[in-house]
Amino acid sequence: MSSINYSDKIPNNVNLSEDRALQRALEQWQPNYLQWWGDMGPDGSQDFDVYLRTAVSVDPEGWAQFGHVKMPDYRWGIFLNPAEADRKIHFGDHKGEAAWQDVPGEYRANLRRIIVTQGDTEPASVEQQRHLGMTCPSQYDLRNLFQVNVEEGRHLWAMVYLLHKHFGRDGREEGEALLERRSGDQDHPRILQAFNEKTPDWLSFFMFTYFTDRDGKFQLCALAESSFDPLARTTKFMLTEEAHHMFVGESGISRVIQRTCAAMNELKTDDVAKLRAAGVIDLPTLQRYLNFHFSVTIDLFGADESSNAATFYSTGLKGRFEEGKRSDDHQLRGQTYKVLAVSNGQLVEREVPMLNALNEVLRDDYIKDSVGGVNRWNKVIEKAGIPFRLVTPHKAFHRNIGALAGAKVSPDGRVISEAEWNANVDHWLPSGSDRAFVASLMGRVVEPGQFANWIAPPMMGINRQPVNFDYVRFN
Amino acid sequence: MDASDAGFIKQHLIDPEICIRCNTCESICPLKAITHDDNNYVVDAAICNRCMACISPCPTGSIDNWRMVPKASAYSTEEQLGWDELPAELSDEQLAEAGVPADALADVAAGAPDLPGAASDAAVFNAAQYGALLPPWSAAHAYTNLYGPKAATKILVATVGGNVRVTAVGKDYDTHHIVLDFGHTPFPVLEGQSIGIVPPGVDAHGKPHHPRQYSVASPRNGERPGYNNLSLTVKRVLEDHQGHPVRGVASNYVCDLKVGDKVQVIGPFGASFLMPNHPKSHIVMICTGTGSAPMRAMTEWRRRLRASGKFEGGKLMLFFGARTKEELPYFGPLQNLPKDFIDINFAFSRTPGQPKVYVQDAMRARAADVARLLADANSFFYVCGLKSMEEGVVLALRDIAVQAGLNWDEIAVALKRDGRLHLETY
Repeated sequence: MSSINYSDKIPNNVNLSEDRALQRALEQWQPNYLQWWGDMGPDGSQDFDVYLRTAVSVDPEGWAQFGHVKMPDYRWGIFLNPAEADRKIHFGDHKGEAAWQDVPGEYRANLRRIIVTQGDTEPASVEQQRHLGMTCPSQYDLRNLFQVNVEEGRHLWAMVYLLHKHFGRDGREEGEALLERRSGDQDHPRILQAFNEKTPDWLSFFMFTYFTDRDGKFQLCALAESSFDPLARTTKFMLTEEAHHMFVGESGISRVIQRTCAAMNELKTDDVAKLRAAGVIDLPTLQRYLNFHFSVTIDLFGADESSNAATFYSTGLKGRFEEGKRSDDHQLRGQTYKVLAVSNGQLVEREVPMLNALNEVLRDDYIKDSVGGVNRWNKVIEKAGIPFRLVTPHKAFHRNIGALAGAKVSPDGRVISEAEWNANVDHWLPSGSDRAFVASLMGRVVEPGQFANWIAPPMMGINRQPVNFDYVRFN
Repeated sequence: MDASDAGFIKQHLIDPEICIRCNTCESICPLKAITHDDNNYVVDAAICNRCMACISPCPTGSIDNWRMVPKASAYSTEEQLGWDELPAELSDEQLAEAGVPADALADVAAGAPDLPGAASDAAVFNAAQYGALLPPWSAAHAYTNLYGPKAATKILVATVGGNVRVTAVGKDYDTHHIVLDFGHTPFPVLEGQSIGIVPPGVDAHGKPHHPRQYSVASPRNGERPGYNNLSLTVKRVLEDHQGHPVRGVASNYVCDLKVGDKVQVIGPFGASFLMPNHPKSHIVMICTGTGSAPMRAMTEWRRRLRASGKFEGGKLMLFFGARTKEELPYFGPLQNLPKDFIDINFAFSRTPGQPKVYVQDAMRARAADVARLLADANSFFYVCGLKSMEEGVVLALRDIAVQAGLNWDEIAVALKRDGRLHLETY
């Protein structure tokens, strides 16, 4: 149990080699983590040598070390961003007080809940993606999938570190529970619904990393403002890794679009059947996948009016996106924000107290950020000279959480009848036959430098390596 | 020497077609040189000091783009914010037309001896892309831009402590070893860094002269150990690259300095052409003419360490080219170094009655040893001299690797990524 060489095996900047209490907690947890990775990590990949990035310290030189490693031997580390001297709480009721280095007793339950909810998404996405390696479109993409997986694993470590270090016995139990819930399991599901959905194919994976990992970015950004300094510092460092996940998504979809547009120009057609026969994913199908992932992800921000959100903010546990860059009073009492609701067959805006609408505030920041990337995808289509544009659907479309849950709203924001919804849903969301078609394209391509027919090669390799580098050695 | 503050800069740019706007670079930049709007992330050329902190954290590789541009017309952040794609690189002709005075170019070159043109396939071979942007892992931390237009103190005044001629007396070459003393003013430098000298007076347009950069030729603890001084190797420029007679403003000023004269200095510059400091690290030095300055500095630091008996240095291998042996700066002192300390290979291209030998020929003659070093992660390669040597040297490295059965593509990537191949040509 105690054969861990701390400084070597677990790169860290939390003084692990001298923290006996933390060592004991990790000695319990680490074998269970490895067991979980073996059971629920990437399927059939344990023996591969994968060209992975490992963080060994938080400075620019240290956090991007590349080399071929077997994933079970990956050095999952524990890192906090460097401390800011005399950091002050900069929002909420405690604004101006010194940031907390320990958990204040009165906020213990809420902080634990926030950390557990965040932590639960990390192993969940690994579980959701565990079979994708079987159908990878290239070695390059396979490597990117595995990089995403090991970094989700490290994010779990980051959250477990906080639980172990600051929450005593409760924290250790929550740490174990994070390894026991299973994505999609009827009896022990993951906490958030989006993390119990399947990620059945690579198009879903790219959409997931673009949209859902971006939710991760916004949640982490909000937590990086926290008054609980260790949480702020941990999440700040996690953000640097989250960026890679969004890169995988944004560039992945961009390459799918590029390939489709090339086929459209080659065949001089926008006929869906002809394009599908040519083995590429037609743009309307991409739009439907986009509609699905966008709408499912914006649900993750929670109800548009939430007293929990108000409490988390006022007590200083969770800030807004870029709280530090905003110029208001950072307390928001008496301020209002507009949220949507359906009334008399119309979408109407209602003014509600801003504190209660903070989920909506974060959701709107997220939407703005998402739209930027969709516009960059459109530039690829525009460059190919094709008159088609992808659009993000209206935020009331296909919602299942909050005041808009269950409302029938078209992607362009019209409240519609049940009948109109049923007549059009297959034009708006991926149908069974869309999913079957995409699944039919998912063959495995693993020769270095080769790519599946439905996706273009990337513009450049990883870490300045060539695109045809052997990113994964299968042994 | 690099070209900054000498009319051109290597401007750091982000490729908007690859960037995903993740904010990693902006959050990590220690100087806040990176900003963004809803469209793009951009680097402010007036702030960026090429510290490279943003390069490896970037998840996309979009951050790693560089364009040689005249300093006066560096792309503004406003321009960059409007881009959908990177602009094309300026051609050599465009750069030459960009209004930088001819004598400035000649002076930047500081007059190295003539060199062969690149090998025949050089036209399609971009040698510069092989150069590392990061220092070796065991390099010491370099201080940069302590004095200059962006620093609190714009200009530092140094005192000339010595000026000796280091080439034999001849008619068209005259190289000097200049010692500058900084008294009690901080001016920490490392081997491989350079400084800028601002010639007094004004140019033909009535503007103050722009600074000229020179590589430091002395080790970190001073030309004289324990003194706050450094040395430079400067060749008097009497003709430009095309052979037209021209008196280089700065080089002639520096070569004519007398002991006790005051000199305006800025710098230090350079954060990647730095030597490894770990035990048993090997250094391969390839230079021509005054490109020998950083090589002298590194060699002398290793020599002092060796004399201390407390450091186990690896191999030092030097390839040193000039037209004739009379033109070689430091020829005499070099001959006196122990053979088991440094492996010296000269190449003379104009020795009467002898075939022309260029540095790359000397390297090929030592292919077996060079190949062993190429394959060794502990060896670091430094190239300094005229621009035209770059292709020939990198091609020689490639051929040596291939002939030894090594995978050049992998080695080239490792040399660049691990800060093992440094190209400093002018």
